[in-house]
Amino acid sequence: MKKFSMSKKELLQLYHKMLLIRRFEEKAGQLYGMGHIGGFCHLYIGQEAVVVGIDSIKKNGDQNITSYRDHGHMLACGMDPKMVMAELTGRFTGYSKGKGGSMHMFSKSEGFFGGHGIVGAQVPIGAGIAFANKYKKNNYVCFTYFGEGAANQGQVYEAFNMASLWKLPVVFVIENNQYAMGTSMVRASSTEEMFARGQAFNIPGKAVNGMNVLEVAKEASYAADHCRSGKGPFILEMKTYRYRGHSMSDPAKYRTREEVQKIREEKDPIDSLRSLLIEKHKILEKEFKAKDAEIKAIVTEASDFALESPEPDIEELWTDVYAN
Amino acid sequence: MKTEILMPSLSPTMEEGSLAKWYVKPGDKVKPGDIIADIETDKALMEYESIEEGTIVDLVVREGTENIKVNSLIAIIETEGSSEINEKRDVSIKQREPSTKIDSEETLRIEEKVSSVPSIINEAEKFDQEANENQSINELTVREAINSAIAEEMRLDDDVLLIGEEVGEYQGAYKISQGLLEEFGPQRIIDTPITEHGFTGLAVGAAFTGIRPVVEFMTFNFAMQALDQIVNSAAKTNYMSGGQINCPIVFRGPNGAAARVAAQHSQDFASLYASIPGLKVIQPFSAEDAKGLLKSAIRENNPVIFLENEILYGKSFPVNINSELVIQIGKAKTVSTGKDVTIISYGIGMMHTLEADKKLRELGISAEIIDLRTLRPLDFDTIIDSVKKTNRCVTVEESFPVCSIGSYIGAQIMIRAFDYLDAPVLNCTGKDVPMPYAENLEKAALITPDEIVFSVKQVLYKD
Repeated sequence: MKKFSMSKKELLQLYHKMLLIRRFEEKAGQLYGMGHIGGFCHLYIGQEAVVVGIDSIKKNGDQNITSYRDHGHMLACGMDPKMVMAELTGRFTGYSKGKGGSMHMFSKSEGFFGGHGIVGAQVPIGAGIAFANKYKKNNYVCFTYFGEGAANQGQVYEAFNMASLWKLPVVFVIENNQYAMGTSMVRASSTEEMFARGQAFNIPGKAVNGMNVLEVAKEASYAADHCRSGKGPFILEMKTYRYRGHSMSDPAKYRTREEVQKIREEKDPIDSLRSLLIEKHKILEKEFKAKDAEIKAIVTEASDFALESPEPDIEELWTDVYAN
Repeated sequence: MKTEILMPSLSPTMEEGSLAKWYVKPGDKVKPGDIIADIETDKALMEYESIEEGTIVDLVVREGTENIKVNSLIAIIETEGSSEINEKRDVSIKQREPSTKIDSEETLRIEEKVSSVPSIINEAEKFDQEANENQSINELTVREAINSAIAEEMRLDDDVLLIGEEVGEYQGAYKISQGLLEEFGPQRIIDTPITEHGFTGLAVGAAFTGIRPVVEFMTFNFAMQALDQIVNSAAKTNYMSGGQINCPIVFRGPNGAAARVAAQHSQDFASLYASIPGLKVIQPFSAEDAKGLLKSAIRENNPVIFLENEILYGKSFPVNINSELVIQIGKAKTVSTGKDVTIISYGIGMMHTLEADKKLRELGISAEIIDLRTLRPLDFDTIIDSVKKTNRCVTVEESFPVCSIGSYIGAQIMIRAFDYLDAPVLNCTGKDVPMPYAENLEKAALITPDEIVFSVKQVLYKD
């Protein structure tokens, strides 16, 4: 494997993005509690290293697509926090003019193809984006995210088969946060080795510590190179954990408070990177304080922008049903 | 004793075929299982085996003969003894005895008895004959029309591709894609595994990036497995993305009843798809409409459900072969004008309607016939204008009656033209049962021209 390293500047960038996602999601949780965000809202807190690590090795033109736990993916790929928050609050200034909400946001310019509300449906769609990449010979890779719960959907294996058969440039990223809603993996899966789910289709896979952003970046880089060299798909099982409930209305009965607390204390992806930055790159406490303030300002600005933005005009009900 | 060898049927909807090759000649001895001929249709090629043991006496049709009707005599074999099979054969020969010198009407009647295809085919045949009588210079089957629409659009735009089961090397399960692999290659004519859910999602993903896939479902019955991707992914993403990501894709394939394939393979999904905002839905009848509307569908920036019909694939229609023929989506066609009643139909319902119209003319009833062609968006201008003129309306379609296209049209006519109506709008539909297999039950489940005539008489308060 190629030597993989990152500069201090790059690491600080990862830290910035992970912290932005964490603070943004905390704010989204607050706004939900205040009634500004409605419907379903699935927070990404705890899983930040996965999307931030992968985004750091993406090349210009690469795409990504995921399920409904998608705020982190959007912030990681450079979408504007103001417009994401505006969409969450159902405002006209949001990415989907307020018509998509938390689960359905897109940005063609950032290569983000959603935001999909049906468990597993984004997997063949992601393979299709990769199919188009191959058809157009543009050498882009499509990172297709789904949870270990979605990994039991039949269409996932239909997509695996075609992706392998046609050597499509797609990295299947299984974000294994151990719980599909309230069902732990052992209660739903006959096997626990998600990275091996492609074996029957000849798709190589690897389990990765998804709480370590550097590990994630390193393995994602390897997987993307594999795809770009024409060898077909690759599966990355990201072992991660979500601190919050499945959605905002989670009963919190299926796991113990202690379990969550232990992981927060011992494996938090942001804390680990912070320790590394202190130990190896001698970043000072005051620099972290400044970063905290910077992120807080971005999130406050996003929240203010969202709440000050108008709802969509009632005429918008009838627009965008069809493209011109 | 002499036994007749008859033209076999390769499929439930086969009406005629060609004798591509004889492997035997008079005097040859054959055993059961010996290949005696290649039979070819526009859909398939079959090696025809002898079921008799004996000596070939005569080859009645010459190698290369085309348009040989199913069950017509192709050869005579001299067999020994009188086996059970031979007795059965004798019966069929007796039935066919006058066939040495009979008029065509009788042939038709006999074929109705011996044929395994239901009467709907014979109606289709009659229709064909008529189309032939009014023959214009350019005749095209619906199959050829669809094939040429795809080919022409693929020549114009490299982003158009065809994807589905057996579209390439097999040349299409219904031979729609015949010759396309040879012209466009496997990069653009893509054979998929049997995974409707998966390849539909894959095609939708490709369409999100600007590729224009034409997705062939071997039949729309199998698209049920892919319904989530069609409805939740293809139809909704433009709206959910605030207009950022559209889905230029065509889902096409046979829809509705074929013949004798029973409940899981015989249903009209038109009203189901037509109820979904974000989709456009087309179900053409004629070859010209099939071609012109499919070309429009491929150029469309939205997902289009293009519903074809297996029984219509082999029907010939006069067609303007101009490759620029593009028919606007969303426009109905008034096929004939009349003053007493408006009959609204689409797809194969039009075939029954045109047949019924002949009987109505004999009864002195003047019907205005509208072929909807597009089911979403519906062309209410044409419908309402006609009903305001005739004051009566009958709808005709093959689908189930509940929440049918006709029931929606009836409700809309009530809302938009209540004061113009002289009778309730009646709906002729398929029956509210899963399609049965038995020939007589299947026939009873489908709409017939007689039912249309009956409904028209009802709205005119005639006995």
